[in-house]
Amino acid sequence: MSEKEYEKYYVPAQSPWPFMGACALFLLAVGAGNVVIETTRGKEGFGSYILIAGFATLVFMLFGWFRNQIHESMSGLYSEQLGRSYRQGMAWFIFSEVMFFAAFFGALFYARAIAVPWLGGASNNQMTNEVLWPSFQAMWPLVETPGGITTEAMPWTGLPLYNTIILLASSVTCHMAHVALEKGKRQQILGWLGLTVLLGCLFVFMQVEEYIHAYTEMGLTLQSGVYGNTFFMLTGFHGFHVTVGTLILLILWLRVAKGHFTKENHFAFQAGSWYWHFVDVVWVMLFFFVYIL
Amino acid sequence: MNTPTSEHHHESHDHHEHHIPKGIKRWLYTTNHKDIGTLYLWFAFIMFLTGGAMAMVIRAELFQPGLQIVEPNFFNQMTTVHGLIMVFGAVMPAFTGLANWLIPMMIGAPDMALPRMNNWSFWILPFAFIILLSSLFMEGGGPAFGWTFYAPLSTTYSNDTTALFVFSVHIMGASSIMGAINVIVTIFNMRAPGMTWMKMPLFVWTWLITAFLLIAVMPVLAGAVTMVLTDKFFGTSFFDAAGGGDPVMFQHIFWFFGHPEVYIMILPAFGIISQIVPTFSRKPLFGYASMVYATTSIALLSFIVWAHHMFTTGMPVFAEMFFMLATMLISVPTGVKVFNWVATMWRGSLSFEVPMLFALAFIVLFTIGGLSGLMLAITPVDFQYHDTYFVVAHFHYVLVTGAIFSIMAAVYYWLPKWTGKMFDITLAKWHFWCSLVSVNVLFFPMHFVGLAGMPRRIPDYALQFADFNKWISIGGFAFGLSQLIFLALLIKACRKKGEPVSAQVWEGAEGLEWEIPSPAPYHTFETPPVVK
Repeated sequence: MSEKEYEKYYVPAQSPWPFMGACALFLLAVGAGNVVIETTRGKEGFGSYILIAGFATLVFMLFGWFRNQIHESMSGLYSEQLGRSYRQGMAWFIFSEVMFFAAFFGALFYARAIAVPWLGGASNNQMTNEVLWPSFQAMWPLVETPGGITTEAMPWTGLPLYNTIILLASSVTCHMAHVALEKGKRQQILGWLGLTVLLGCLFVFMQVEEYIHAYTEMGLTLQSGVYGNTFFMLTGFHGFHVTVGTLILLILWLRVAKGHFTKENHFAFQAGSWYWHFVDVVWVMLFFFVYIL
Repeated sequence: MNTPTSEHHHESHDHHEHHIPKGIKRWLYTTNHKDIGTLYLWFAFIMFLTGGAMAMVIRAELFQPGLQIVEPNFFNQMTTVHGLIMVFGAVMPAFTGLANWLIPMMIGAPDMALPRMNNWSFWILPFAFIILLSSLFMEGGGPAFGWTFYAPLSTTYSNDTTALFVFSVHIMGASSIMGAINVIVTIFNMRAPGMTWMKMPLFVWTWLITAFLLIAVMPVLAGAVTMVLTDKFFGTSFFDAAGGGDPVMFQHIFWFFGHPEVYIMILPAFGIISQIVPTFSRKPLFGYASMVYATTSIALLSFIVWAHHMFTTGMPVFAEMFFMLATMLISVPTGVKVFNWVATMWRGSLSFEVPMLFALAFIVLFTIGGLSGLMLAITPVDFQYHDTYFVVAHFHYVLVTGAIFSIMAAVYYWLPKWTGKMFDITLAKWHFWCSLVSVNVLFFPMHFVGLAGMPRRIPDYALQFADFNKWISIGGFAFGLSQLIFLALLIKACRKKGEPVSAQVWEGAEGLEWEIPSPAPYHTFETPPVVK
């Protein structure tokens, strides 16, 4: 019997954080639901307070839970097997995120390859076009909807191209930080990781610029038909993920500065960098399918 | 060889910290897979009774033609919330509860791989259902668009509480995904030495594949509800032709989630039956490997059959043919399973304890549900059956006498292991026979009224369906009352009444969970057992 097989798996004692997390999600769900109703229907209510309370609870919970976790990890309670559990858990979480984006990519492909051509009379739908939408011509990007809303298509040159370069570069710098960590060179990690965070911020800033441009100068909004819907939902959820990823990397930077992580023990760092690469891959897909094609 | 000392050290450390906590905090803050399993199972049972009460309202209204008890809009809320509760509140949490209790014991693990996340994924659920249920009492009422929330019913024609429905589904989904990640990681990473893939009990195998399906499709459901939210409140037109979208696209996205979801609700049932039948046949399972491959192929096929729910939406003929044939392919691995269960019993020395009774009822009645599914898979025939009570009969045979009966079989099978005492066998037999008879009075005639053209989800019906509906309702009330016997039995069992049982409990039972004492200790397998 080798010693490894007797390695103790750390089963934590009771913890208040998960229950607090459930309360946080409850407040977030109730708050978000009410905010949506109140803002779109012009009603008075407490939705935003509940939402803020939920958000505060969530942040407090995450802080406490992670502090707990970091303390356990640094006091050597964890085993190699537990590290594998965390890595596998993170990998499956990223897979679930892939499937979330897949739903919106699926909507994009369906609208583009099926819904819009059919409205224009393709397949066996000639009468749909002639009777219901006689003046509609199928096209993509859909700059004039069957209902008559017109908009402009977002070109892939300019801002989106710069953003692609920025995000690809950030994936490289993130990888360099990882390499530096495996060599144990803390100053280099701080440099590369700091650069990654800055590139992430720059990306989000440019994305906001692009949205302002789209709304004020191009007439491309969330309401301008299925082209605008898929454009803003895909880039919007991606932008949200970049924001979260940047925050994760920032926290990792602070932890590196505090002297956390060793060559052998740096699950959080690995998870953060996996997440960042995932966000990058999604952007490449987006750039290709939403902007170029 | 210094392992014994380190082991001793850990044990004393454990005694220090891991005594069984008392009071409400034990349940709120627990990280113990058995506690969390118990929470899931009780939650599922409470939801089963709640959703069942809504079914009673539906059956009371349909007892005779005409509108007499509830408003049509409230009737729609009942059908909707009944479906949502039974799918997301009863069947799925019950299977997750069984997974929590059993998987660590079956593979020789000390607990689930991520115990705190395990607690989180449970406690989200009661909150999610508080939101969903409370919307019933709000202005305009709760969701009334069917559990499938087709656009435009859920967008143009729904009331504003749809926003709450959307966010409650979001957090339910988060709960399911976290639960599934936990199951997968536990099975991949926590198996005892010697517990190789092809030695794993089938319940573990089926849950592994179920967990994969959950992680793959719950995010798609989240995407679908998000699009419903933006279409309804923020002016997008994913499901609106005027903006270039398509209401049929909703159905594609929904059923891409929905069909694997159906297998999420039945694969663990296959696992349970594959545990129970060998025990009471006193023979090893016939065709273990083929069971594993059949389960895997069912799961993979489930991703390419979704549009068989949509034959009447006007898809191109090629698509109809593809989805019809792909759907029929599923009957091959399913047939393998039913064949294997029967072959396991062939020349076995059978005995008919309560879990076996439920398992046998499952095999016969689930097969009826499977055969009516095969009828529905035939595209031209489905044009006649679509949205009739035939469909209702089909999926209730699959989900009630399939999924729910398997859960009951599982509870009776493992309950003595959990409590250390034999349950009240007389009550259990009453529960079985009352359920068996009433459930068939309830669902079998639905085939006939469905074939004759009675539409589903309508609070009124033509006079010629009156006699059958009276009997369906009587069966429904009887089935509902029968579950109160189960409630009484469970309360009795939880108060630890009854004869003490041995570690093995059932004469023919095999597997790691039957080698530990009954009741199973609070912590099992602190150090992994070696499986030969």
